[in-house]
Amino acid sequence: MSRSATSSKTVGLAIRRRFLASEALRGFSLLSPTLLAMVFGLAMPLLVLFTLSFWLQDYVDFIKTFSWKNYSDFFAKPIYGMILIKSIKISGMVTLATVLLAYPMAYFIAFRIKANKLVWLILITVPFWTSYLLRVFAWKVMLGYNGVVNSGLKSIGLISEPLEFLLYNPTAVTLTLAHAWAAFAILPIYVSLEKIDRSLLEAARDLGENAFMTFVRVTLPLSMPGVIAASLLVFIPTVGDYVTPSLVGGPSGIMIGNIIQSMFGKAFNWPLGAAISVMVMLTVTAMVCVFLWGTHRFRRRVA
Amino acid sequence: MSDAIISFQGVSKHFGSVKAVEDASFDIQRGEFFSLLGPSGCGKTTLLRMVAGFEIPSAGEIMIDGQPMSATPPNHRPVNMVFQNYAIFPHLDVRNNIAFGMRKAGLTRAELDKRIDEALELIKLPGYGKRGAEELSGGQRQRVALARALIKQPKVLLLDEPLGALDKKLREQMQIELRQLQQQIGITFLFVTHDQEEALTLSDRIAVMSEGAVIEIASPAQLYESPGSRFVADFIGSMNFFEGEVTSSTGNTMTVQTGALGTVSVSDSRAQMTSGQKAWVAIRPEKMQPVFSDPGTGINTVTGTMGPSAYLGDRSHFYVHLPQREEPALVALQNLERSMNHLHKPNQTVWLQWTSDAVVVLPRD
Amino acid sequence: MNANRPWWRPDGFTVYAVIYLTFIYLPVLFLPLFSFNKSKYIAFPLKGFTLQWYQKMINTPDLLEALMNSVKVGVAVAILSTMFGLLAAKAVTRYRIPGRGAVMGFIMVPLVIPGIILAISLLILISQLDIPLSLWTVGFAHMLLCTPFAMLVLISRMEGFDRCLEEAALDLGENAWMTFWRVTFPIVLPGIVASLLLTFTISFDEFVLAFFLTSTDPTLPIYIWSSLRFPTKIPAVLALGASIFVISFFVVAFAEWFRRRGVKTDSTSGF
Repeated sequence: MSRSATSSKTVGLAIRRRFLASEALRGFSLLSPTLLAMVFGLAMPLLVLFTLSFWLQDYVDFIKTFSWKNYSDFFAKPIYGMILIKSIKISGMVTLATVLLAYPMAYFIAFRIKANKLVWLILITVPFWTSYLLRVFAWKVMLGYNGVVNSGLKSIGLISEPLEFLLYNPTAVTLTLAHAWAAFAILPIYVSLEKIDRSLLEAARDLGENAFMTFVRVTLPLSMPGVIAASLLVFIPTVGDYVTPSLVGGPSGIMIGNIIQSMFGKAFNWPLGAAISVMVMLTVTAMVCVFLWGTHRFRRRVA
Repeated sequence: MSDAIISFQGVSKHFGSVKAVEDASFDIQRGEFFSLLGPSGCGKTTLLRMVAGFEIPSAGEIMIDGQPMSATPPNHRPVNMVFQNYAIFPHLDVRNNIAFGMRKAGLTRAELDKRIDEALELIKLPGYGKRGAEELSGGQRQRVALARALIKQPKVLLLDEPLGALDKKLREQMQIELRQLQQQIGITFLFVTHDQEEALTLSDRIAVMSEGAVIEIASPAQLYESPGSRFVADFIGSMNFFEGEVTSSTGNTMTVQTGALGTVSVSDSRAQMTSGQKAWVAIRPEKMQPVFSDPGTGINTVTGTMGPSAYLGDRSHFYVHLPQREEPALVALQNLERSMNHLHKPNQTVWLQWTSDAVVVLPRD
Repeated sequence: MNANRPWWRPDGFTVYAVIYLTFIYLPVLFLPLFSFNKSKYIAFPLKGFTLQWYQKMINTPDLLEALMNSVKVGVAVAILSTMFGLLAAKAVTRYRIPGRGAVMGFIMVPLVIPGIILAISLLILISQLDIPLSLWTVGFAHMLLCTPFAMLVLISRMEGFDRCLEEAALDLGENAWMTFWRVTFPIVLPGIVASLLLTFTISFDEFVLAFFLTSTDPTLPIYIWSSLRFPTKIPAVLALGASIFVISFFVVAFAEWFRRRGVKTDSTSGF
């Protein structure tokens, strides 16, 4: 009896030693709750989405046999492809606009503000404490028939009738999104600029570059990680946005998010909605890869 | 029977394909001041962290006071550590830092207060108890880290380059205090350093490490005066090496034929070598006595010309070009008199002399 | 700003900063303005000052219920995602884990996936598992979205303090659990507070996931969304928006004050 007790104790010690010796084991046991939640809440749903995209809707039930029909529908009806392309164009414009507008602001805070940087950062983020929906709604107030712009123009006598082309079009969607996502662009760019060792800039000047070329050859390449992060953080979520197009887009400003939403709502065709979602993900992933490859090449060229 | 407090038994540690420590087997005696010395990356810190329990050996076993430790986590080991950057808890004041490990000691408030006061006394910081961690200087942080570990009355105190962050003056002062402290309390110290002078000053014994292996374990004097390998001879202090071949050997007296120094006679050699074996003849710079007129004897003497020199205050270093040797020999001379510098001029002929017990002979392969 | 310049002759960057701030503030500032406007139509010209919409806000049970729902979900999400984020942050900053990049990338996926796709994926899974939609499903979805944010905030905090401090606690005889409470937690506390605030805010404002995953209990953004179709309900919603804005201002001010207290103890770790 005592022998088996000793041997089980040795086995226990061996297991204990193995556990203490393996950082990976300890690390993963610490990670496991989070990973488990993410696997259940992320990997499984995406897998189910992918599976569903090969099924078919039959009133309230699914036909659970493999079929390409949803994908052939997607390609057969040009409307889906066109709206997807339009969504990507709008998101691309939004990304370009937010990043271009945000960069000088982030630069200003990182390099020109000496004290109270935090006050400026808070100042930038304060407007984003209002609800996202209300921020989008605010642009309806700005651009609407009796909105700020029209009333303003009318009161100074520039127009006699309200301008109707301000709202309900892709431009209004672009403007609204660019406003709504501004903070997401500023913060990553600011962080990457702030991280740049100031002596590198002094070294570039010391080696004979002027202020502008120092920016092009040192500051810009070193801040590229921030620019890339900002671009992705704005581009990817906005492609699927449907709140903004529904509120300020009108019929011409519809985006792919609206289509997906209708497939899970009024149109009630979940499998087709799933197939469209898969297509959106594939397209976005491809675009992101091209973008990352392009910026990588750009960085190597400039440096 | 030896009284080993720590016993390394074939200890190895691999990080992926990197072999941080390779088959270390040696004992540390109770009450010893033992140093692990080696260049950065030699595995000395890994060895120390294995004693503390932060790393577990990939193979082998570490015994502390006769108990195997591999399955014992750091908090159950009878050792305590002074970290390289002291790891003073920033959210606690000095008293609470020192009291940190005493939660389960079963002391009353009054007893604990008394112990903390004693500890503060020991590290010469009485009255600093309420100071925040941020109000301490580097030297004071180091003392607090010492007190925090010593109040636990560990069987071994582990010190991971604790003086590295201090400036030179303070470091020298702390070395003396550390040595006195160890003798006063009698606890075994296991000390890690890359600074050979520090190791020589403090230690009873030193283990010299390189690339994960323990090369040699010996007292400071033995390491310096008769190192057992070329690596140790080179790593500790400066050394001039000359290629040669043993021509005769009786007991620990031998003669070695070298190209640069001619025939060298050696006494008290630690290495036992036989006639015909290839050898290194090694002589410390301060053991080569420069003479500026012909001494008239050919034994243990070589003639050269003065090369560049460096004035170091207490001593001067100069290089002497020897015929048949590309690399000049390094010679150190104590500046015993203020006017000694003018004695040597560039390109002047100089005779270097040494005694036969100053020479170290090492096998060459 | 450049100290050598008088304020009436700002340099280009300052002018740009002012224009930019105007762009991001202007639309948002009209909302509180209309919450004090006597007309129930959100249009110019203004009809005079009133507090009636604030009164109406307090007297709309649906609105208050939606607010309570959002607070409930937000608090639960903040606590859970911060816990998950803390575990993950500790694991990736304190242990050599094989495939660290892949694990982190996987946890970050909710940040780089269009919200609607995450929403419908979860909707499909939940309906296939026959789980009824409720505030619980919304909370679960929000937790997925918030965990990467919590992890990012806490990783930067964990990296900011020396792991030797935790080793020192272990070395001094504390077990892993007490080491966490006596060392890690107090030092990471400012990060935990920041993470709780951030994740609460994200959950509180999140619309898309909630829209797909809730049934009869609306969260506040769902309530706002349905109100936007009824012009008469809008002024009270604007009043609510303005109130939330003012409250968040004080919360952030408090958080900042708290963080600065944290920074003081921070500088001492010094490495």
